[in-house]
Amino acid sequence: MTSHSERAAAFLKDPDRVSWHDETLWIVRKKRDRAAASVKEWENLREKASKLKEYVLSDLAGLLTEFERNATLNGAVVHWAADADEFNRVVLEIIKSKNARNIVKSKSMLTEECGLNHFLQDHGVDIVDTDLGERIIQFRNEPPSHIVLPAIHLKKEDIGELFHLKLGTDRGATDPQYLTRAARVHLREKFLNAHVALTGVNFAIAENGTVVVCTNEGNADMGVHSAPVQIHCMGIEKIIPKMEHLAVFTRLLARNATGQPVTTYTSHYRTPKENGELHIIIVDNGRTERLASIDYRDALKCIRCGACMNTCPVYRRSGGHSYGFTIPGPIGTILAPHSVPGKILYKDLPAASSLCMSCSNVCPVKIGIHEQIYKLRQELIRKGYGSFVKRAILKISGFVFAKPVLYDISGKMVRIALKIVPRFLIYSRVNTWGLERELPAVPTQSFKEWYRQNGSN
Amino acid sequence: MKPAGKFKIGLFIPCYIDQFYPQVGIATLELLRKLDQDVHYPLKQTCCGQPLANSGAEDDAKEVYKNFVRNFSEFDYVVTPSGSCAYHVKEHYDILEQSEDVVKVRRCTYELCEFIADVLKVDDLKINYPHRVGVHQSCHGLRGLKLGNPSELISASYSKVISLLEKADGIELIKLDREDECCGFGGTFSIFEPAVSARMGRDRVDDHLRNNAEVITATDMSCLMHMEGIIKRNNKNIKVVHIAEILNSNSL
Ligand code: SF4
Repeated sequence: MTSHSERAAAFLKDPDRVSWHDETLWIVRKKRDRAAASVKEWENLREKASKLKEYVLSDLAGLLTEFERNATLNGAVVHWAADADEFNRVVLEIIKSKNARNIVKSKSMLTEECGLNHFLQDHGVDIVDTDLGERIIQFRNEPPSHIVLPAIHLKKEDIGELFHLKLGTDRGATDPQYLTRAARVHLREKFLNAHVALTGVNFAIAENGTVVVCTNEGNADMGVHSAPVQIHCMGIEKIIPKMEHLAVFTRLLARNATGQPVTTYTSHYRTPKENGELHIIIVDNGRTERLASIDYRDALKCIRCGACMNTCPVYRRSGGHSYGFTIPGPIGTILAPHSVPGKILYKDLPAASSLCMSCSNVCPVKIGIHEQIYKLRQELIRKGYGSFVKRAILKISGFVFAKPVLYDISGKMVRIALKIVPRFLIYSRVNTWGLERELPAVPTQSFKEWYRQNGSN
Repeated sequence: MKPAGKFKIGLFIPCYIDQFYPQVGIATLELLRKLDQDVHYPLKQTCCGQPLANSGAEDDAKEVYKNFVRNFSEFDYVVTPSGSCAYHVKEHYDILEQSEDVVKVRRCTYELCEFIADVLKVDDLKINYPHRVGVHQSCHGLRGLKLGNPSELISASYSKVISLLEKADGIELIKLDREDECCGFGGTFSIFEPAVSARMGRDRVDDHLRNNAEVITATDMSCLMHMEGIIKRNNKNIKVVHIAEILNSNSL
């Protein structure tokens, strides 16, 4: 398997595309800054959201049972799934029990995480993503490259070409309005024939059993209103205690995600339609294990706004697919290694950060993302996962820096070596620094040597 | 303006400054002495341990941390021309047993600009520096030590670094398109993710070039070393100068 750095290097081979990707996401970041600045109590709001999420994590079991009770009273059917496999099977059973074939789905990172689409397709069910970006990547049979803007790695030319193949639009068409209209016509037909509508969940309110779904395209509503059966899928961490807490999050979410004051649609689903069914599936899939970990539990506070991606200088230049995990960017980096209980995966990701801390500063629920990346690095080395060479170098330098005399000698040796070793050796393939950078010029004296001669008061 | 006091200062010079940029150490020492400080450079110092710890070898770094504390616990303040090292000592020496010495060293370690602004409370260093300067706000100084307000936070604007620079005679501080984006050095990040790191560095240098800077300055020589490597490789017409050298361009 290739590592993040190799996949990033491949993405970087097309510098113009990288500039475009970087600039597009930077514009989203700037919009976010303006939207956030328009709320004078912004930082207080973040603090409040963070505290609320901490409270939720401290009483998850209580809130979930309260939610289940109220949702059931509303007429919803609540299901529990311990892992991805069980979740997929629950969905399939509901679909089968209704003899349903056509499923429409609005955006849900949870279904991506569980690989629901492929599972259903393998069982002969036609599942269509109705979020425009999601539909685009579904056509391409690709995972999303961003959690809010799933097709952000594609330019309008790419989409024109894709729609020409899949939807029969004019060859070479790139006008976003024309292409969007074609997608809309295509999706309209899917909505009208849908038997089951699936959605993700942004917030689930314990005190009244409501699930809240935020979209910009209204596609969750289109699905739910046209299909007799609706299924809402949520991770256990989506719960919030009361209705009055919702606004804390909705005020943050859209502003932080795209710079809009609020998502175009904020839909509350509480009771089934007449003669319809409303199912809610509550999924664990490793979240309980994370909850038990002091170092990494805070990642469960995430409201999936995507802002940490937009601000991340590494993400913007390496693209979402370079992470190789369903959720890319900083939040993906801290979720991926412990995404499967009992294993450590994606060991390359913690190194894919310059630890600039920008992610933690934009995070609306104040997850210390950079701190978790730092901790993951410690854990990897402690458990012996650093590559052998890397570990050897680290051990030697630990030893050298701890012993002043050795440090003096080795420092001097490096300086002498840099002077006398021919350039082609210094800039060989083993020296990744030298691939695109010069090494510093070598002074005749170190500071310490200078100080010994000239430094006294 | 007179410094708020005369202190016994332990000067910490990060390893890469010691080995590759001694002039930065010299400028720091000279400046602090001009400010009437009693400055000592403990000869048994090595490194703050950050390169090890940021790569995940915190356990191996512990001995390095202890050496740091041994060398610096006797001083009123530890001052260093590096935001990143100061931040590391303050933030990550939490894994040591918190003896009196450790607590003191963590509390009393300062990045140079912060020390001048907050402890000595000197705001005009009578600098003469007739150049167009772009300030690269190194991440650990900015977001870690809070030397300024990072662009992500919705808070009042300030910068301890820029306040010291803007009083300089002849200086023209240029405005960057992205005021505080990371340069992509990131310690071992520059080695493990060379392609992204170099691209970030090129973008950072280009921002300064586009906005007509002659000089890129920063509180951290490590960021500047990385950008200098890129500037030289691509033959760009701009140079890097550590903030200590600019602050020392005076005759106090
Ligand atoms: S970690 Fe924070 S910034 Fe990133 S997606 Fe989650 S809530 Fe948003």
